[in-house]
Amino acid sequence: MLDPERKNPAVPIEGNQAAALEELHTPPMRLQFGPSHPATHGTVKITLDLEGEQVVWSDVEVGYLHRGFEKECETGYYYQNIPYTDRLNYSSPILNNTGYCMAVEKLFGIAPPERCNYIRTIGCELSRMADHMLCIGASAMELAAFTPMLYLIEGRELILDMVDSLCGARVTTNFVRIGGISANMPENFPEFARPRLDRALKLFEDADKLLTENPVFRQRMEGTGYLSRDDLIAWGVTGPMLRAGGEPYDVRKVHPYLVYGELDFDVPVGEHSDNFDRYLVRLEEFRQSRRIILQCLERMPDGPVDADDPRVRWPGKGRVFNRMEELIDQFKLVTEGGMPPAGEVYHAVEAANGELGFYIVSDGTGKPWKCRCRAPSFSNMSPLSKMITGGQLADVVPTFGMINMIGGECDR
Amino acid sequence: MRRRAHTQSLLASDSGVTIELVIGAIKAVVIVLLVLGLTTLMLWFERKGSALIQDRIGANRADIFGLGKRLGMPNFGVINTVLADPIKMFTKEDFVPDGADRFLHGLAPFLALFPVIITFAVAPMGDILKIGKYQIDLQPANLDVAALYVLATIGIGVYGIALGGWASNNRWALLGGIRASAQMISYEIAMGLAIIAVVVTYGTLDLQQMCRAQGGVWFGFLPRWGILLQPVSFLLLLISGMAESKRVPFDLPEGESELVAGYFTEYSGGKQAVFMMTDFAEVLLVAVLITVFFFGGWQVPWLYRDGFHFPGGAAWPLPNLVVAILQFAAFWIKVIILSCLQILIRWTLPRLRYDQLMRLGWKGLVPLGLLNLVATAFVVVAAGGK
Repeated sequence: MLDPERKNPAVPIEGNQAAALEELHTPPMRLQFGPSHPATHGTVKITLDLEGEQVVWSDVEVGYLHRGFEKECETGYYYQNIPYTDRLNYSSPILNNTGYCMAVEKLFGIAPPERCNYIRTIGCELSRMADHMLCIGASAMELAAFTPMLYLIEGRELILDMVDSLCGARVTTNFVRIGGISANMPENFPEFARPRLDRALKLFEDADKLLTENPVFRQRMEGTGYLSRDDLIAWGVTGPMLRAGGEPYDVRKVHPYLVYGELDFDVPVGEHSDNFDRYLVRLEEFRQSRRIILQCLERMPDGPVDADDPRVRWPGKGRVFNRMEELIDQFKLVTEGGMPPAGEVYHAVEAANGELGFYIVSDGTGKPWKCRCRAPSFSNMSPLSKMITGGQLADVVPTFGMINMIGGECDR
Repeated sequence: MRRRAHTQSLLASDSGVTIELVIGAIKAVVIVLLVLGLTTLMLWFERKGSALIQDRIGANRADIFGLGKRLGMPNFGVINTVLADPIKMFTKEDFVPDGADRFLHGLAPFLALFPVIITFAVAPMGDILKIGKYQIDLQPANLDVAALYVLATIGIGVYGIALGGWASNNRWALLGGIRASAQMISYEIAMGLAIIAVVVTYGTLDLQQMCRAQGGVWFGFLPRWGILLQPVSFLLLLISGMAESKRVPFDLPEGESELVAGYFTEYSGGKQAVFMMTDFAEVLLVAVLITVFFFGGWQVPWLYRDGFHFPGGAAWPLPNLVVAILQFAAFWIKVIILSCLQILIRWTLPRLRYDQLMRLGWKGLVPLGLLNLVATAFVVVAAGGK
């Protein structure tokens, strides 16, 4: 099973160890880490060569969850593709909904009403909170700290309750529409959300206390999975990983969309570019997300939530059933889809793991000619081999956990 | 020594070898049943305790023909852990992978469990119980080199784990087995140093004698428990003991998210259950050792052979049988509390990495143990020596 051709491992082993290996003629042990392995939540295969516990060579193979999302998008009308985006990063679906719909809106040239933008912002930040909780919880669990994970899962339940209250679903949200959202925010949402946000923060802080000052956890996270700032930029890494490396790039600040430009929030930046800083950045982002949501609830304007544009928003049911023109209008929209002008757009949002961009090419028909998704997980996964080679076998786990690779998004 | 002479006279007082044999057999059966029973109880603590810590409900489904529910009894998951889990485990397919060494694969779990179980033979569960003319020492096997015996049997335990990893023909299992052997051998040294310091303090290798030495009080009220004499040894033994039992934060040989399941990756059904039992039995064993060395073994505070003598001067005479029962209960309650402490730690801490584990063992615990031993020796000599 060992590859006899490969003589030159990426990390040279020198000195006494090299001399001993020379004499013992021991080839490294090759290990197949995945695709079905407890730490590869999702499916990814990492081939490792081990010299004792040290990884001397590694190869990362993604694509086990490929479903043809991009190709599938070409066969559906613009509005029909929204549910597919739920399945990209399934731990923060509203972010994907928003990213896709905003790209399509850019293509149509539609600006949704202010209230819609505020509600979308709330949805996005709730998703980010849920995603960070899951990421930190799962990584802690993989380091055998099971208890913080369950605290975080309980907190995530509260966040999902709020998502449920917004759109009626917890995971497959299908919340955002082109030019609007599926339903207006419930009247009592602020009263519903505030105690849950407080309770979620309480649970989050419990987990924080169990992990951040824990010497064992710090030993495992500090200094592992290091990647230099230049490497981060060269590999196109974004999101908390990039910010942990000291680069304050956040789409919400650099290219403000929705209502982020009007809100007051900070972008946490790390300095060591290791797993612990990635963890700290996520901790702080969770708190900032909560701050954003509270501000949105405070400033929530009244008014409609759907753009008044007949190309994308369907007429109301009452009018469809009673009036000829609206019936035809609705029939055409359902069977042919709204038709944007020909052209191409790229729009990016800051998803939980980094820049989530949609590049859409339109030929003027109701279906995208091409829909390309720039998934943060995919770019963030690409330097994994570089990050784990030379480290210990056990370091593969937190490094992989802090990339927070989501199969649905990475493999699409 | 006065105590030694006393024991000798006890041994000399037997009449009739048969009765002695029967008593010995009963003691052996009692300890084995207790250990196996408590192992299951540990499993229950583990499941319900972790549920309590993690704000969950935990096991509460299994029932016998719905009887408990019909009678309106609350379900605490006892049937789950005591009946349903073992039945499930032992009726599962016993899978042996292709290319594995069938003999060693089958032998390994028992080789792991056996040394742990036999170590309990020297657990002093109480002082002397008088029934008629017989004076029964409540230590199943009264070895005067018991501390050495403990170290020896624990040392054998590593074979089962290493063989299990080797015989499975699986690289994860092999890695787990190698990690386990390195870890257990390294931490045995720290454990040995902790035990030697205690041995130097009490001047005996006999666990029963150590328990007796921890009777009585200091300053008229403070029980003379070993933890007050050897706090550093206590910490060393607790840490190295947890490393021996291969549980979080020292569960690298299993290392679920790294090594799939480590040395028992290729084990299923009954054999895996035996490996699990070994882990829990080791938790108990560590608790027994800590109880004996540092928490007075079977000593109940202010209880003497003739009853209680409270610090204020009040006394409450009790018959020998009651005293023996109290001692027996005290011993096992201490063991259970210390086991629960280990479970609490298990559900609080993350796992160490291999090199960090070795660093902690060789650069942390071993030097600390040596220092402690030297300091103890100086103090003992300065205090008049033995």
